[in-house]
Amino acid sequence: MTASGGEAFLFWTLAPLMVLAASGLLVVRKAVHAAICVMFVMVGLAILYVAQEAPFLGVVQVVVYTGAVMMLFLFVLMLVGVDSADSLTETIRGQRWIGLLLGAGLAAVLLTVIGRATFRPAVGLADANAVSNPVALARVLFEHYVVAMQVVGVLLVTAALAALVLTHRRRLGPRLTQRAVATARVAALAQGRPLTPLPAPGVYAQNNAMDTPALGPDGRPLEHSVPRVLRIRGQERSATAVLAAEETLVEHRAAAAELSEAAELSETARTAGSPARTPGGEEHR
Amino acid sequence: MIPGVVADFSQDTWVTYVVKAVLILAFLLTSVLVAIWFERKVVARMQVRPGPNWHGPFGLLQSLADAMKLLLKEDLTVTRADRVIYLLAPMISVFCALLVFAVIPFGPNVTIPFTDYSTPVQLTDFPVAVLYILACAALGVYGIVLGGWSSGSTYPLLGSVRSTAQVISYELAMGLSLVSVFIMAGSMSTSSIVESQTQIWWLIPLAPAFVVYVISMIGETNRLPFDLPEAEGELVSGYMTEYSSMKFAWFFLAEYINMLNVAAVATTLFLGGWRAPWPLSAINDGMFNTGWWPVLWFLAKLWLIMFVFVWVRGTLLRLRYDQFMSFGWKILIPVALAWVVVLGTFQWLGLAGVTRTQLFVAIAAAAVVVFAVIWLWPEQKEPAAQRQPAEFDPFAGGYPVPPLPGQTLPRSRRRPGRTLPDQKVVQSVDHSEEAR
Repeated sequence: MTASGGEAFLFWTLAPLMVLAASGLLVVRKAVHAAICVMFVMVGLAILYVAQEAPFLGVVQVVVYTGAVMMLFLFVLMLVGVDSADSLTETIRGQRWIGLLLGAGLAAVLLTVIGRATFRPAVGLADANAVSNPVALARVLFEHYVVAMQVVGVLLVTAALAALVLTHRRRLGPRLTQRAVATARVAALAQGRPLTPLPAPGVYAQNNAMDTPALGPDGRPLEHSVPRVLRIRGQERSATAVLAAEETLVEHRAAAAELSEAAELSETARTAGSPARTPGGEEHR
Repeated sequence: MIPGVVADFSQDTWVTYVVKAVLILAFLLTSVLVAIWFERKVVARMQVRPGPNWHGPFGLLQSLADAMKLLLKEDLTVTRADRVIYLLAPMISVFCALLVFAVIPFGPNVTIPFTDYSTPVQLTDFPVAVLYILACAALGVYGIVLGGWSSGSTYPLLGSVRSTAQVISYELAMGLSLVSVFIMAGSMSTSSIVESQTQIWWLIPLAPAFVVYVISMIGETNRLPFDLPEAEGELVSGYMTEYSSMKFAWFFLAEYINMLNVAAVATTLFLGGWRAPWPLSAINDGMFNTGWWPVLWFLAKLWLIMFVFVWVRGTLLRLRYDQFMSFGWKILIPVALAWVVVLGTFQWLGLAGVTRTQLFVAIAAAAVVVFAVIWLWPEQKEPAAQRQPAEFDPFAGGYPVPPLPGQTLPRSRRRPGRTLPDQKVVQSVDHSEEAR
C-alpha cells in the first residue's frame, strides 16, 4: 500500500497544518477562533478523503460537518456572547488532574486497541469503486445496513421532534400581526396619538444627540422627539440652548430674542386655549 | 475514465487543467463585470431611465471604472475588528465562489483546432459533483458569518446572523429540489446529468422542483427580494458595513460569482446544460449539439437565468424577515419534500412494472375523483349570527364612518320623519365633481 507522489505530497503538507489547527483548539482563547480551527481540520479531512478516492465521504464531510453542524455551533457561540473567552479558573476542585488522568486512560485504551488491530488484505479501490463511488456506497448502506439506516433515521426524527417540543411555547394571547398593529394605531389616532413613528431627536449643524428636541416645520421644538426616559429624568436640553451654543448659526442676541418670542408664543397659545404641544407628546416614549 | 462520469478526461494532462482553470477564472471575472453592467442597464430599462451610458460604448466600461475606484480607495480596518478573521472572511467568500465552476460543463468533448487533441469543455467532473457544489456554497457562508462577526459592530453581526439562518433554511429546500434531478438522472455528476437530458430537459417533468430551485437560489445568493442580510433600510448594508476598498470588492465579486454559479447549476440540471433548444437540436442530425456550438447555448441559458434574477429584482419588494423564514420553512421545504415523495413513488411504480399509460390513466382518474368530490361537497354555510349587521355606529373608532354593507343610515335629526334617500347623496357628489 503505497501512495502516489502527489498524494504523499498533499498528505505531508496538509497533515501538519491540520495537526497545528487541532492543537490550536487547545491554545486559542476565543470560541470563534476555536471554531475556525475545527473548520480547517474538517475541510482538511475532506480533502484527504477525496485524495484517497472516497469523493462521496469527502463532500458529505463538508456538507454535514462544516456546513450544518459548524454553522449551528457558530450560532450558539453568537448567542452565548460575541466576545466570550475561556476563563482559566477551576470550577471543580482538581479538575485538571482528573482530566489528565482520564485523557491518559483514553490514550492507553486507544494505543492498545490500535496496536492489536490487524488488517485484512485490501480488496482494492478499483473493485470497490467499479460502479462509481456513490453507487457502491449506496449498495452497501441500503442492502446490507438498511435496518440500521432506518433506525438511525427514526432516532434523528425523534430528536428533531424532541427539540421542537422542548422549545415550544404556548401562545397566551392572539398573535400580533402587522395588520393588527396598523389598526390599533389608526384607532389610537382618535385619542391624539401619532399615526407615524415619532420624530427623531434633534440634528443640528454641530449637535446630534438624543437629549435635544427636533424642530417641527413651524420652527418650534417637538417635545416628544426626545425619549420619554430622558424627559422624566429631566436630562432634556432645550432647542434654544443648543442653537445658542452654535455661534456660527445663531448669535446670542438672536437666541435671547427667540427665547422671549417663544415665551410670548406659548403665552398667547395658553390664552387661546390650545396647548403649543404637539398631539400625543406625553403619552408616548 | 472516472467511473460514473460521462465526460472523457483521458487525454487531459496538468497543462490542460491549468489552462482550463485560468480560462474559467478569466471567464468569471469578465462575466462579473458584464453582469454588473447588465443588471444596472436592465433594471434601468425597467424603471424607465437610461442607466450607465457614459463610459465606453453603451456604458460598458462603467463597472471597470467602478472596480478601479474600489481598488484605489483607502483600505480601512475598524479598531474593534478581529484583524485576522476580518481579512480572512472576504477571501473565504471569493475562494468558495470560484470553486463551483470547476465542475460546470460548458460543452461536450471538443477537438482543439489544428490538433487531434480532444477534451471536454469542463475543468473536471466526479460522481458527486453536484454535492460538491452544495458543499462550496455551505463553506461560502463562512465568509459572510465571519465577516459580520469580526467587524465588531452591531449591524454586521445582525446581518451575518440573518444570513446564516437564511442560507441554512434555503439550502435545505435547494438540496431537496436537486434530489429529484438525481432520482431522474440516476447520477450526481454534472456531465452525466446533461447526458441524461438528451430526450427531454428536466425542466418539464420536474417543474415543481425547478420552481423550488429558482426560489431557493435567489434566497441562497442574498438577492432581492430576499436580500435581508444586507437590507439597506434596516442594517445599513449588513455584513459588509465595515468593509471598504478591496475587501468590500471581494464580497461584491463573490456575490456576483455566486449568482453566476447558481444560474449555471440551474442551466446544467434543469435546462439541459449545453444542449441546443428543441427546434435547433433537430437540425441536420444534431449538428448544433457538437463541436463548439454548445458553449453558445450554455451561455445563452446562463444569461437567461441572470435576466430572471434582474427581472425579479426589478419587480418584487423585499420581504419582511419573519415572512421570509416562515415561507422557507412552512411552504418551500414541505413542498420540496412532498415532491420528492411523489417522484419516488412514481419511480417505484415504474420499477414495479407499471407502464406510463397506466400511470397517466390512474392520475387522470384520481384527478377526476378529487374534482368530483370538491364539486359535490356540500357548501358550508356561514353561521347566520356573523352575517347580521351590528348596529350602525357613526363614530366607530372615533371617526365619522359610512355604514357598512347591511347597515342603514339613521334618520337625520334635521328632517324628522324621513330618511335620507341614497340617490340624492350620489347626485350631490356628482354635482360637486362637476363644479370642480
